Amino acid sequence: MSIKGKAAAIGVGELKPLKEPGDHTALGLMAEVTAEAIADAGLDKKDIDGFLVGVPFSDPGFIYPASAAEVLGLHLKMLNQVDIGGASPAGMIWRAAAAIDAGMCNAVLCLVADLNRGGDQRPPTVSVMREFEAPYGNIGANCGYAMIAHRHMFEYGTKPEHMAKVAVDQRANALKNPLATFNDKPLTISDVLNSRMIVDPLHLFEIVSPVSGGAAVIVASPEIAKRAKHPPIWLLGAGEYCNHSSITYAPSLTESPIKIAADSAFKMAGLKPADMQLVCPYDCYTITVIVTLEDAGFCKKGQGGAFVAEHDLTYKGDFPCNTHGGQLSFGQPGLAGGMSHVTEMIRQLMGGGGERQVKNAALGYVNGNGGIMSEQVGLVMERRS
Amino acid sequence: MSEYTKPLPKPSPTSRPFWEAARRHELMLQRCGACGQFVYYPRDRCPYCFADDLNWERASGLGKVYSYTVVYRASSRHFMDPYVLAIVELDEGPKMTTNIVADPKQVHVDMPVTVYFDDVTPDRTLVKFKPAQSTY
Repeated sequence: MSIKGKAAAIGVGELKPLKEPGDHTALGLMAEVTAEAIADAGLDKKDIDGFLVGVPFSDPGFIYPASAAEVLGLHLKMLNQVDIGGASPAGMIWRAAAAIDAGMCNAVLCLVADLNRGGDQRPPTVSVMREFEAPYGNIGANCGYAMIAHRHMFEYGTKPEHMAKVAVDQRANALKNPLATFNDKPLTISDVLNSRMIVDPLHLFEIVSPVSGGAAVIVASPEIAKRAKHPPIWLLGAGEYCNHSSITYAPSLTESPIKIAADSAFKMAGLKPADMQLVCPYDCYTITVIVTLEDAGFCKKGQGGAFVAEHDLTYKGDFPCNTHGGQLSFGQPGLAGGMSHVTEMIRQLMGGGGERQVKNAALGYVNGNGGIMSEQVGLVMERRS
Repeated sequence: MSEYTKPLPKPSPTSRPFWEAARRHELMLQRCGACGQFVYYPRDRCPYCFADDLNWERASGLGKVYSYTVVYRASSRHFMDPYVLAIVELDEGPKMTTNIVADPKQVHVDMPVTVYFDDVTPDRTLVKFKPAQSTY
């Protein structure tokens, strides 16, 4: 028993991220991307009977899903919030499919939007994080990923140039993505390595920029998928795993929970990494992509640095990866940053990649990552011929 | 003495013995009487075997830098000056989030370190580390 092929993504809505939040509200952005996704799917709002939502940092609240649903005018047979950090959007996709397969609902709106007003807007962490992390300055995500990078360099000889290559190739992809925040000029490896050192060894251009925005995806039953406007993109496999919150207490800094999440997803799909024609790994930092490609099985452990250096990660390359530019060039509009990997996969597999369309892309792998390499979600998606 | 403005730990009933020991310049860890594992941070039950048999033991204060970063620009306004944030793997096994009190250029992965008690306020001491060969 599995959810293999039991539901499909049929519609996408996504905003070009805003550098300044202006007069927008998170709920307003949610309404905008919801309308776009419903139109993209060719559905009516009345068809939506399931709702998974991420709570925005800029306007959080208790019993959030019902409040947002009321604003949007949704009447629902299933609703919930998903709180697994940056992995929330990828986590919504399989939860939606599972709810559909269980017969609880037929068309699920997966929705994330947020405003960035500067500063650290994240809600206070739980007591143990405040007690044993914050006093030493382990605050925010940068530090943890920098420590992952240093350990990876120590164990495997990964070089700053390897990490920089991820940002460079993803920027080349972003130049063809009108929605990307940073799509006006290419980057070079020396641009990246000469950008300001923020948390040694990570430079400014290896770190996501917070912006404002939103994204929505509609996941539907086979019956509804039949009347969708675009070819349905089927969920063939999904896996999830988490074994720590603070990176200090992870079993390893360099072997992440991605391994189990990705293995589960490929096993359910009955496929292997080499079968994928496109990969969209969550990229909060350059090192995240390197560790993900290793742990998801696209290269051997420890060889991720050499792998990204030797392969062309652009849409026309031999290993298309984050063809939207990744969050590094798209921007990170709160949790919607993590939806950008999902929306890009769906668009590409539907054939809507525009100038950056990957030729003959029918199978792809998405990785969602939350916290400091903690919550992991793997998705294998397919366009059926 | 200027006022200390960085976040301070608020001990819980579970963790109070750890912070009280730090105040006396002793590094105390919980150890599980059932499975023998040392535990950090303090818990109510052993996170490995879930036995309800955790007892406090004095640790050696020795370890190695498992990884580190020099934070040049922190995500918090309370940390303005560059500092070395590290994960130290204690000889007893557990890993700790901490700071290395040293010239950042001196710090490297796998460096042997020894505990350094930083009395940041009259009633709160943070457990930091310094290079094993250090005159700090």
